[in-house]
Amino acid sequence: MKLTLSSSPHMRADRDTSQVMRMVLYAMVPGVICQSYFFGWGVFIQIAIATIAALVVEASILAIRNKPVARNLSDYSAVLTACLLAVSLPPALPWWMTVIGVIFAIGIVKQLYGGLGYNLFNPAMVAYVVLLISFPAAMTQWIPPAPLHAVTLTFSDMLHLIFTGYTPSGLSLEQGLQAVDGVSSATPLDHLKTGLTQASTYNELLTSQVYEGGPFVSSGTGWAWVSVSYLIGGLFLLKTRIISWHIPVSLIVSIAFCATVLHLINQDIYGSALFHLLNGSVLFGAFFIATDPVSASTTAKGRIIFGAMIGFWIIIIRNFGGYPDAVAFAVIIMNMAVPLIDYYTQPRTYGHKGK
Amino acid sequence: MIMNEWKELTLQGLWKNNPALVQLLGLCPLLAVTSTVINGLGLGLATTLVLVGSNITVSLVRNVVSNEIRIPVFVMVIAAFVTIVQLLMNAYTYELYLTLGIFIPLIVTNCAIIGRAEAYASKNPIVPSALDGLMMGAGFTFILMLLGGLREALGSGTLLAGADRLFGAVAENWTITLFHTDQPFLLAILPPGAFIGMGFIIAAKNYIDRLHAAKQAPASKTVTRIRVTAEQ
Repeated sequence: MKLTLSSSPHMRADRDTSQVMRMVLYAMVPGVICQSYFFGWGVFIQIAIATIAALVVEASILAIRNKPVARNLSDYSAVLTACLLAVSLPPALPWWMTVIGVIFAIGIVKQLYGGLGYNLFNPAMVAYVVLLISFPAAMTQWIPPAPLHAVTLTFSDMLHLIFTGYTPSGLSLEQGLQAVDGVSSATPLDHLKTGLTQASTYNELLTSQVYEGGPFVSSGTGWAWVSVSYLIGGLFLLKTRIISWHIPVSLIVSIAFCATVLHLINQDIYGSALFHLLNGSVLFGAFFIATDPVSASTTAKGRIIFGAMIGFWIIIIRNFGGYPDAVAFAVIIMNMAVPLIDYYTQPRTYGHKGK
Repeated sequence: MIMNEWKELTLQGLWKNNPALVQLLGLCPLLAVTSTVINGLGLGLATTLVLVGSNITVSLVRNVVSNEIRIPVFVMVIAAFVTIVQLLMNAYTYELYLTLGIFIPLIVTNCAIIGRAEAYASKNPIVPSALDGLMMGAGFTFILMLLGGLREALGSGTLLAGADRLFGAVAENWTITLFHTDQPFLLAILPPGAFIGMGFIIAAKNYIDRLHAAKQAPASKTVTRIRVTAEQ
């Protein structure tokens, strides 16, 4: 029997950074598979482009900063950022836009602020916002989900579309985007936003084909299933204690509450709680984005405030703002408030009285 | 002796104490109008004119104005020169006048100008004050053009677009097209792009300074820097 003598702490966490990052990557698997079922090979191609770009950018900036390249690359944080960004992007986005996004995420938001653990903002979400405000047209061109495809795009079609803008048979992105009825397809949130400006009511808009075949009346075709599969991954993260329950739960409860209040005030304009939870990237954001250990709040009470406020901003921006979805904006706004939240929610130190 | 002082003034204005890069003054127009090279150059020239004029005038009256009322007097002098520049631009470069809009009258509030009046012109004779104003203005203009060029090249793929608005019909063909794109990089033209670009320019300046310092390592370590800090 081997006796070891060691000083405290005697209980050691059995996970290092790279294991945590890899677990989150595994948790994304169901969501990614579901997303690629509905939106095609583009999802995988974007992940590949983003991952390669992230490793190159991270390695070159680490080299410039005279930091150990191999050790920092092997913590998988760059890969995770790249994957989180890639699944947020429209599958047929031109490759160079994805690369610009990754350069912003890794180069500017993460490394210029001091590398992993020092970034104020969530790198993937800043990159998403940069791309969204820089290329509004390309960033809102989602391919219609599988049941609504007018054209089925093969792997080589997608590859050509991403790298050249045309499929081998000469279809442009716009043609590839057409849904069965020939009308260019929009995301469910986009559809609602545009529809409301044309004096339709919420319930009228729900009869559109965009909402056919979802698990609930108000959830978009394909979109809701993608959300649910990210929820499964999120529950895995909760189960393995990679993330704590505070942020996802408070975020979801807050969205349900705010959406219901608005829905009760005027059912013609404001979507229901289920509509807001299952469409767009709320469930993905609640478990994978808002729980980023670096840029989120660190105290238990602070996390509840952080999550709840993100939910609040998502509903406010979705209903009253210019953009259809708002997870990225809400997360970035609340990232800015994190130092303040943490300052006011310090837990009581054992043996001391409260404030 | 005099040459040395002039050289120092030039170096201070253009590099060591550059109003935009080191003092970080006048950021509001700097970030707002630098979407193209020509806009930057136009505002830079206007600011330089005001700086030279106000520095000369403040230097002229420096022994007459009592200390207690100096700030209102400086502001009146500056405002007078801004009005002159505004009327001149209205008359001769009308389109540029329209593009720059509110930022021409706002030159009055540019802290770099009152900062130079207070820190230099009110204590020094006319000729050095004029040179100080000219060099500070040139340093400011240089940064405006650099940032404008960066943002224009990234955001619209051109350089010197709209040069005819400043230089008249001669300059109609001066526009250099770097690349054509249907999807311009809008971030560069939007305000966040100005902040990010400015950050990179300041970083580049500090990097060059550090390289320079490392080259002539322990030569002279005592650099006194006049730093004017003020809220805009």
